[in-house]
Amino acid sequence: MSFSIRKSLHPGLNLGEDHGDDRLEAETSVFGFWVFMMSDLVTFGMFFAVFATTMPLACCPGPKELFDLGSVAWQTAFLLASSLTSGMAILTLKQEHASRSASTKKLVFWLLVTVLLGCGFLYREISDFIAMAAAGGPPTRSGYLSALWSLVGLHGLHVTGGLIWCLVIVAGIVVRGVDHRWKLTLLRWAVFWHFLDVVWIAIFSFVFLGGLL
Amino acid sequence: MLDAIFGRLTWDSIILVQAVEQPNINTFITAGAAAMMPVGGVMIVALLTWMKWWKPLFEWLTSVDHKKIGTMYIIFAVIMLFRGVVEGMLMRANQAVGLNGGFLSSDHFNQLFTTHGTNMIFFVAMPFLFGLINIIVPLQIGARDVAFPRLNQISLGLTAAGGFLFMISLMIGEFSTGGWTGYPSFTGRLVNPGVGPDYYILAIAISGIGSTLTGVNFSVTIYKLRTAGMSFMRMPLFTWTALCTSILLIFAMPPLTACCAMLGLDRFLGFHFFTNDMGGNLMNFINLFWMFGHPEVYILILPAFGVMSEISSTFSGKRLYGYTSIVAATMCIAVLSFTVWLHHFFTMGQSATVNAAFGVATMLIAIPTGVKIYDWLATLWGGRIRFTAPMIYLCGFFVLFTIGGLSGVVLASPTLDYQLHNSQFLVAHFHNVIIPGVLFGILAGIHIWFPKIYGFRLMEGLSRITAFLWAIGFILAFMPLYQTGLMGMTRRTVAYEDPALVPWMIVSGIGALILGCAFLSILLTIFVSVLNRKKLMVPIGDPWDGRSLEWATPAPTPEWNFAVLPKVDCRDAFTDAKAKGTAYQPIEKYEDIEMPANTYYGFIIMIMASGLGFGLVWHMWWLAIASLLGAIATAITYAFLPQKQYIIPAAEVREIDEAWRRSAREGRGITRDDEGNEANQGLARPDNITNP
Amino acid sequence: MIDPSTHLAIAESFLQPMGPVAADQLRHLIIVTLLTLIAVVPVMVSMPWILWRYRRSKPKGEYRPSWESNSFLEWLMWGVPIVVVALIGVNLTIMTFRLDPYKELGKDPLQVQVIGLDWKWIFIYPDEGVALVDELVVPEGRAVELTLTTDTVMQSLQISAIVGQIYAMPAMTTKLNFRAVKQGVAEGMNSQFTGNGFWKQKFQVYSVSKEDYAARMKKAQSSDLSLTDDTYAILAMQGTSEEAKKPLAIENRKGPIEMVLGDPKIFQRVLARYMVEDMTPESQPGSPSYDPKKSPLPPASDKPMMGMEM
Repeated sequence: MSFSIRKSLHPGLNLGEDHGDDRLEAETSVFGFWVFMMSDLVTFGMFFAVFATTMPLACCPGPKELFDLGSVAWQTAFLLASSLTSGMAILTLKQEHASRSASTKKLVFWLLVTVLLGCGFLYREISDFIAMAAAGGPPTRSGYLSALWSLVGLHGLHVTGGLIWCLVIVAGIVVRGVDHRWKLTLLRWAVFWHFLDVVWIAIFSFVFLGGLL
Repeated sequence: MLDAIFGRLTWDSIILVQAVEQPNINTFITAGAAAMMPVGGVMIVALLTWMKWWKPLFEWLTSVDHKKIGTMYIIFAVIMLFRGVVEGMLMRANQAVGLNGGFLSSDHFNQLFTTHGTNMIFFVAMPFLFGLINIIVPLQIGARDVAFPRLNQISLGLTAAGGFLFMISLMIGEFSTGGWTGYPSFTGRLVNPGVGPDYYILAIAISGIGSTLTGVNFSVTIYKLRTAGMSFMRMPLFTWTALCTSILLIFAMPPLTACCAMLGLDRFLGFHFFTNDMGGNLMNFINLFWMFGHPEVYILILPAFGVMSEISSTFSGKRLYGYTSIVAATMCIAVLSFTVWLHHFFTMGQSATVNAAFGVATMLIAIPTGVKIYDWLATLWGGRIRFTAPMIYLCGFFVLFTIGGLSGVVLASPTLDYQLHNSQFLVAHFHNVIIPGVLFGILAGIHIWFPKIYGFRLMEGLSRITAFLWAIGFILAFMPLYQTGLMGMTRRTVAYEDPALVPWMIVSGIGALILGCAFLSILLTIFVSVLNRKKLMVPIGDPWDGRSLEWATPAPTPEWNFAVLPKVDCRDAFTDAKAKGTAYQPIEKYEDIEMPANTYYGFIIMIMASGLGFGLVWHMWWLAIASLLGAIATAITYAFLPQKQYIIPAAEVREIDEAWRRSAREGRGITRDDEGNEANQGLARPDNITNP
Repeated sequence: MIDPSTHLAIAESFLQPMGPVAADQLRHLIIVTLLTLIAVVPVMVSMPWILWRYRRSKPKGEYRPSWESNSFLEWLMWGVPIVVVALIGVNLTIMTFRLDPYKELGKDPLQVQVIGLDWKWIFIYPDEGVALVDELVVPEGRAVELTLTTDTVMQSLQISAIVGQIYAMPAMTTKLNFRAVKQGVAEGMNSQFTGNGFWKQKFQVYSVSKEDYAARMKKAQSSDLSLTDDTYAILAMQGTSEEAKKPLAIENRKGPIEMVLGDPKIFQRVLARYMVEDMTPESQPGSPSYDPKKSPLPPASDKPMMGMEM
């Protein structure tokens, strides 16, 4: 089996050859995570499908009463920006951390900025949920609202998980340095974070914009 | 205060208390069954202590070796199969005397058919298959282990946690009565507020997550860890079917997790996914459930098809006929399985256009399935067929599974489905494809590969008897149900009013008795084989003159599988090596082998998942939250702990491997004449072929 | 099985069809089975032959260990199933459209509304002003259209000898069209499990002459029992129709419960109740805490239903 420099071992950004064994081990590890993400995509797809079959009921609050497009715009900005900063973090990982001795400051910086932006997203989203419930639109009110809250909420849960994961990674890097395991974890985390971004685009197009048009 | 600790759990929830408070045949049967668990537990603890097996037990429970994990899956499945067979026998016994009412109460019977179906699918068939795939696929592709050994252990833990919830429902509380399909709004919060449907949702959702992870694990293993030279078209068929099964798992399990989560939100938090009112739509559950459910049945049958491929070539001494066709057919089945789910509810009132489209799609799946059956028959053509137990299972499969396929074609037509949906005809059909299909494949697979893991064969005579008992039992128990279904008898019915059904029900009851004997025969076979293991030993590891790489290892296979990862350059690589004389040749260079160390990760996750499930069912919120946080804390902790490996020095590997190769080169070996007797040490000589 | 009230044999399966739909279904079954046998019989016949010819102990055929492919066989193995499946597929499609339960089987079919409950069926004849419990009477030869819903959970109304089944669901309607061409009694049942009394949820379908039908309707129209909100709420209690007689104070009356249709809009109101407000354990028929006094139906409205029509 010969390796060409351009051969990509798994989808997405691959570590360079200078990462040695880490690059080879990333093949199974990161590829496997992509496969797992496919199953997660199907789960989201099922929540989307159920959402698509529901319609706001005449008796209960619907998109016009409940959606705050401005807030959704902010959430989108936060999340997309955090995707960008997470990309910066991975680029830093690829370019600077082939050897174990590099300084982790830049990497940790980008990761923490990502967490901050993600928290901004969550803060706006939770505020929106609280407002919706106060306006008479809790998830227990109708089928449409159940589907809405659970789809958007499932995404929010994933974002929360992703942020906790990122903080664990930061802690790990600070304590142990960017060793083999944290490198692979970071690559997987990045796939997860971009995936959430893609799902969000579908949510804000299909749920929020779609609901108001 | 007590409410906060115990949620809705009270003394009356415990079946043993109920049996005292309301003694009747139903509580006695259930209490007796439930009592088996603590009694069995005590006996096991006593046995472990007396034989000083505690340390080896924890060795096993913390192992990440695919062979051990696979074995544990299979042991779990056998125990659950015992319960499943008893449940089936109880139901058929009740039906045999069920004219205008049997001996079981309606509620008891309703729980029985629900637990029977749930158990057999999620805790018998799937663990059996995961066990076989776990043990054999890494060996067949020439790898040391699966891609993610720790994840493998976690999957087992999650399956066991689901099984725990399922079993504890026998003792504390009750199980759902909504069938294994659990349709709302019957299983919704208003009509069934009890613990039954909650146990059901959590048991299958938790084990379902484990199965999703298993699918990821196996598919990455096959995709990335094949040994040098093993292109896709050189893989053995069992590995091909394992690959397709894994892909199905990845895409089909999430809909189940999703609909269980939604039903859970309905029940626990009052959401309106599947309620009757306020915009709930129970048809969504049905669509989601069957988006899982249809691929699920192909998840069950494909590995069994893989075993049939192995049997038809190995036990006729021939190459598999039509390799490319069979691979293509397998992939067609995998893809098409996602396009037919609506045939499970043709009668739900959708338009004729939709029904016809799905009816035609369902017919299409019959094509590749038929092709495979023809290909296996053609494999036998030109061979030298040995009537070992696996071959008996294959022959039973040919005759019986084909009938099941025929009844499937009948049901695929919406017109006929309007008559036969939810009737005994349907029950007959799916048992007809599961027993001669999935179960025969599993039992044959165990017979074939048991010697590989334990180093000794199973007794051939007893195994053949077991095979015949399963076949005869199946025929008597389920063929009459085709007739009763055509006569108009519906399924899931504790009693019936038409006397004309009685003779069929009695025959079916006798069949169930024979199936019970067939199960005991499995246990007897294993027990007697263990007693006679010295005579049945096949240490050189190739008792059947096998064709693929798993036979090119000693038996029992050492931890590292292959001392040096093999290189292949064709299909049936081992047969090729034996023919060329390159099998068992000495190896020049041995290297140290790194293996992942044991870990408690999966075991802890199992405990946490069980706690989460039990806490949610009984509204013991502190337990649920603590378990969830515990699981998260475990994951974080293990992320920080160094992932231990341990090294097996090259010298040790060399010693064991060289001894094995030497005994193979120096041994005489046997022809297939001696396959069933003591002379079979696991070394094959070219067979004694007579031509007419 | 014999129905003691009429001493007629009850037709329970489509093997003895009582109507054109069931007769077509039976014919279709035979065609599908015969066509599939084309693909199945070769397996059954060749297997014993191959085992005999190639058994290791006394083989009659030559050993060809590497034989793994033959073009003609490939064409046959793929071709025969494809042809059989194509034939059945065409037949299946035609029959699915022809026997669509939503397709009316004659001009001006008799309209019957059906409400499924635990564990009984209410058959409402809006044009006759009559409601019968667990008894469906139709004039022989006349097309009938059932419009179904349930007020508990999903059920499936099945009349095997005449037409087969269709699901019925709360807050939605489905339809089943049929015609009985012979006079007689057919068994009807629920085939979607609904709980402890599921196995007893059976009813009779009487196909009678026009005169007998008119007489039956006249008798029911003079019943002293009326289907009103109160009697409906009592009927919605869990139990068979026999068990419902006691709370309705007609314990000793024999035969199926017959009522005057006190409220012609009751079917629409049962559908509409699920769109108005949350159901509670007390108001939901089928729930263990159902209380007939706490389960009001919404008033009739002129607005079109918000429920789902299939």
